[in-house]
Amino acid sequence: MFRLTYLGPALAVLLLAGPVGFGLAGTVLPAFGISPGFGGGSFGLHYFRELFAQPALFCSITLSLTSGLASAVLSLLIVMLFTAAFAGTATFRRMQHLLGPLLSLPHAAAALAIAFLVAPSGMIMRLISPELTGWERPPDLLIVHDPLALSMIGALVAKEVPFLLLMTLAALPQAPVERVRQLTGALGYGRVAGFIHGAWPGIYRQIRLPVFAVIAFASSNVEVALILGPTQPQTLAARLVTWMSDPDLSQRYLASAGALLQLGVTGLAFAIWLGLERLCAALRNKAACGGLRMRRDRAVQVVSLTAMILAAGAIFAGLAALAVWSFAGLWQFPDFLPGSFTLRNWMKALPRVVEPLGTTLTIGVASAFIAAILSVLCFVHEDRTGKRAGRGGQALIYLPLIVPQVTFIFGLQFLLVASGWLATLPALLFAHLVFVMPYAYLCLKDPWRSFDRRYEQVAAGLGKSPMTTLFRIRLPMMLRPLLVLFAIGFSVSVGLYLPTVLIGAGRLTTITSEAVALASGGNRRIIGVYAFFQMLLPVAGFAIATLVPALIFRRFRGMQV
Amino acid sequence: MTDIVTDKAGLLLQDVVIRHGERVLVALTQHVAPGEVLTVMGPSGAGKSTLLGFIGGFLDPVFDAEGRVIVDGDDITDAAPETRHAGLLFQDPLLFPHMSVAGNLMFALPADIRGHMPRMALVNEALRGVDLEGLGERDPETLSGGQKARVALARVLLSRPRMLLLDEPFSKLDQALRGQMRELVFAKARESRLPVLLVTHDPADAQAAGGTTITIEP
Amino acid sequence: MALALVLNQPRNDPEVYVLKKLTIALSLSIAGSFAHAHSPDPAKWESVEAEARGQTVYFNAWGGAENINSYLEWVGEELRDCCDIKLVHVKLDDTANAVAKVVAERAAGRDEGGSVDLIWINGENFASMKERGLLLEKGWAEKLPNWAYVDVENKPTVLNDFTTPVEGQAAPWGMAKLVFFHDSARIQENALPSSAEELLEWAQANPGRFSYPSPPDFIGSSFLKQVLIETVGDAAVLQQPADEADFETVSAPLFDYLDQLHRVAWREGRAFPQNYPAMKQLLADGELEIIFAFNPSEASNAIANFELPDTVRSFTFEEGTLGNTHFVAIPYNASAKAGALVTANFLMSPEAQLRKQDPEVWGDPTVLGMDKLPEPLQTGFGALDLGIATLAPEELGPVLEEPHPSWMERVEEAWKRRYTVGN
Repeated sequence: MFRLTYLGPALAVLLLAGPVGFGLAGTVLPAFGISPGFGGGSFGLHYFRELFAQPALFCSITLSLTSGLASAVLSLLIVMLFTAAFAGTATFRRMQHLLGPLLSLPHAAAALAIAFLVAPSGMIMRLISPELTGWERPPDLLIVHDPLALSMIGALVAKEVPFLLLMTLAALPQAPVERVRQLTGALGYGRVAGFIHGAWPGIYRQIRLPVFAVIAFASSNVEVALILGPTQPQTLAARLVTWMSDPDLSQRYLASAGALLQLGVTGLAFAIWLGLERLCAALRNKAACGGLRMRRDRAVQVVSLTAMILAAGAIFAGLAALAVWSFAGLWQFPDFLPGSFTLRNWMKALPRVVEPLGTTLTIGVASAFIAAILSVLCFVHEDRTGKRAGRGGQALIYLPLIVPQVTFIFGLQFLLVASGWLATLPALLFAHLVFVMPYAYLCLKDPWRSFDRRYEQVAAGLGKSPMTTLFRIRLPMMLRPLLVLFAIGFSVSVGLYLPTVLIGAGRLTTITSEAVALASGGNRRIIGVYAFFQMLLPVAGFAIATLVPALIFRRFRGMQV
Repeated sequence: MTDIVTDKAGLLLQDVVIRHGERVLVALTQHVAPGEVLTVMGPSGAGKSTLLGFIGGFLDPVFDAEGRVIVDGDDITDAAPETRHAGLLFQDPLLFPHMSVAGNLMFALPADIRGHMPRMALVNEALRGVDLEGLGERDPETLSGGQKARVALARVLLSRPRMLLLDEPFSKLDQALRGQMRELVFAKARESRLPVLLVTHDPADAQAAGGTTITIEP
Repeated sequence: MALALVLNQPRNDPEVYVLKKLTIALSLSIAGSFAHAHSPDPAKWESVEAEARGQTVYFNAWGGAENINSYLEWVGEELRDCCDIKLVHVKLDDTANAVAKVVAERAAGRDEGGSVDLIWINGENFASMKERGLLLEKGWAEKLPNWAYVDVENKPTVLNDFTTPVEGQAAPWGMAKLVFFHDSARIQENALPSSAEELLEWAQANPGRFSYPSPPDFIGSSFLKQVLIETVGDAAVLQQPADEADFETVSAPLFDYLDQLHRVAWREGRAFPQNYPAMKQLLADGELEIIFAFNPSEASNAIANFELPDTVRSFTFEEGTLGNTHFVAIPYNASAKAGALVTANFLMSPEAQLRKQDPEVWGDPTVLGMDKLPEPLQTGFGALDLGIATLAPEELGPVLEEPHPSWMERVEEAWKRRYTVGN
């Protein structure tokens, strides 16, 4: 059986490249009017003509492009400045712990939290009204769904900052931050400037793919756009999903053509980003050649810390507001707290939560488990052959994160409809696995490779087979990273919206897909209940990942962190 | 090359050549009799540990190796690592941190010894043999450096090895412990009549080992 | 409630031509091998009930309101206990999605074992499915045992849905009428508008306090229809397909009206609530002052759920407001036809209709005629406390008939082009 480890990389490649490849094909063909096994359509470019004749299409494209780039620029800037100002300090560690849980929070829940905070009738207005504003009624302001997508960008930034910070954290050990600081400090550079000149280029190289993943997601996401994004018109991706679910079949061809356009838009965002990279590098070199030392960078420290706290604080405060709403009786503006509390919302919602909750748990646990097995197989194979995934392999792992979801999930849906597998558990599991697998692999990579392989040599010397060594030495010793992988994989699955909606096709729903569906109705009490579960599930996953090893290995100090 | 009869007891390294690309790291033919020590000296990076990897069966694929490894007349050159029974001691004790001291020893004990009581008896005896009686239930992490090294020794001996491969096993111990540990290891090897290959850059190790010393140039 | 969406009629373009050809080819080949798929006969009710046992019925129904969802859960429990049917509520955010599934299945040649067993439907969706032959054959609804109680005499919309004859291809489930709500703590009753024209004047006097869900939301589209009927000179033109009239001329007053309204609407017409529940929340927050729904007891229901203050009251327009019936229909390729028939019959039963009309549960008006019911059941309906914010049936005012579905489609399309900014 041990010889079969090559199945690991083979299955992983199939899993990562297969759906993206076939899915893209399933999108490209209908976009040109070809749809084998599905009926309808005629070959030609007329769907593209129809697409570009849609009202306000360029407005949608611009929205997707600008909100994608703005979210990436802002979140990267915050992370860079914060790391520059605080790496190695207690503040940094505290912030890291504060942001950790946010990483696992579904985008939809974060968006809902922000919406509840900033809406004209939201918590901020309630806090300052009527005392400061004199408003007895919510002001008639277009904050949520604002035409410039500012609230949407805000939510995306708040959600991507923890992600990029964590990625930076993983890259920090390879960057000689402390030495660079001493060196540049001795040359008279300020802390931030020294970091940006000396350490950041190396770190950025390592987090570049995650940054591209952020751009891809921000420029093509659906759930945040539905909850906070502009409505007249919506972003391109949100409109695509509307077309995709239109009863008129020809709209699906239109949606496919639109999905290709989305691919182009995200590609354009990448291209602009590459330009920005060069521009920034040139500016940095210019500053370095000019010897710009920026010794007084206190303002940068304050601003970056404020931005960090705002990002985390906004989501936490919004989630707290959601929690209060779930217990609220009548709660009128501008009351800061409900007039009465009731369990009625929970009593009403709970029976209906059971089924999506069951699906969420089943799919989440199964996809995390399968992804864990496949990742382990990949790494065992790597150990056996001594061959590591090259640059191509690395890119492949990021493929599902970098290609916009809509562009290949549409095609995947076509294929699943044609094969009769749509809205079945295996199909949904498969679709989730495509997105869980990259995170699982990336999550295990460093812990696996930093394992002291002499333990295995010792075990082999003791006469133990590779199997015994794997199951009795390697895996138990790696229980903690494996459980972290599991928790991350699970939380990724819990947070997936688009694959759930399109592949579950309404018959299989998860907590997240239900929460987004409810968001349009604005029933804050019920949304509060669903958001609570969105919050609870990943946290529970991480609690298990922390508690289980602590419990199992409570006697063994060497297994404690 | 020297002609050596292959069915001799002990460890025979015949025409062993290890290359990294074009560069020859190690080239030797040596016989280590049971209870004797062959010391391989040389600065770090010279390929000493690579030789151990070749004998133990986990040579990094970036190296090319030829020659035969023969133990008590059995050619194990192409055998799987776990069937070679090459007991390893590194500079770190590498006790499995998720098992108690006794758990580490039990894990090493061959499976053909059956039953909890007989196995436990052997484990306790091994602990006695390294002056650690009664510490079986301890978390390895709570032991002192010297104690850990002795558990590692007891563990390797319990697995009924056919040879010992020592990779600078004393280098991390402080001066006083180092001497004791050397004596203990070599005494145990002699007692169990095990051929020993010691890799070190400390001449004192070589001196204490007493056997043949060869030096690898970088 | 929120059921309809645009369903584009087959157009004269190559894609539809190919689609038709393909469909014909597929149906021919399937007709050859399967002949006709088996359909249970509702006239032989006992055999239908027997066949339904153990079936799972996928009921595709709008899932955006908690009270309706929990009502359907009760229905599911009843059906499980009485008839051994497993009812699965497939929660739609738009009924058109269920229609789309059936359309896609037929295009893929799946004429049996379809994924939709029962659809909550009316208006454009019903007209489209009927026209495309996607529904179970005519007459089944009128053969259901509980059809005997349906008030066909006084509720003409149970037989004619948006000018489309139902012909027994859908079972009536509930009645709807456009009703406006306001918070009496904020507006005096004598200040309330009683026509679309007065509503505009009121909005101009109270800027930012009125809006409507953006089409194609069902409630939003209904508001457009209400205004269309009131602003068009002769409403008879709306009973004919829109193609037969000069759409631009007929709809011009509507869009003049909307242009004026948007200037004084909530968020100046740059954003719209997404649906009725969102409007309800905005009324509760005090952002909107007049909202409307298609269910007369919706406000009482919301008061009971603490979603609206108990000072909210209802009103309608003097000249009448839009009214219609909503139905359940069975796709031609449903997997559990017998189960769907039993479910449809149960939904029409006095017991289920009584519970549905209870504002504590849902508050959706019944399709049954009181005079047709046995005495004890009549009392049950009479004893219902419709709630403080609900108008009595006689206070609801005249019913305006729904225009032909094609009007809605054209209006929605024109609305989208006119009010989606950009380009």
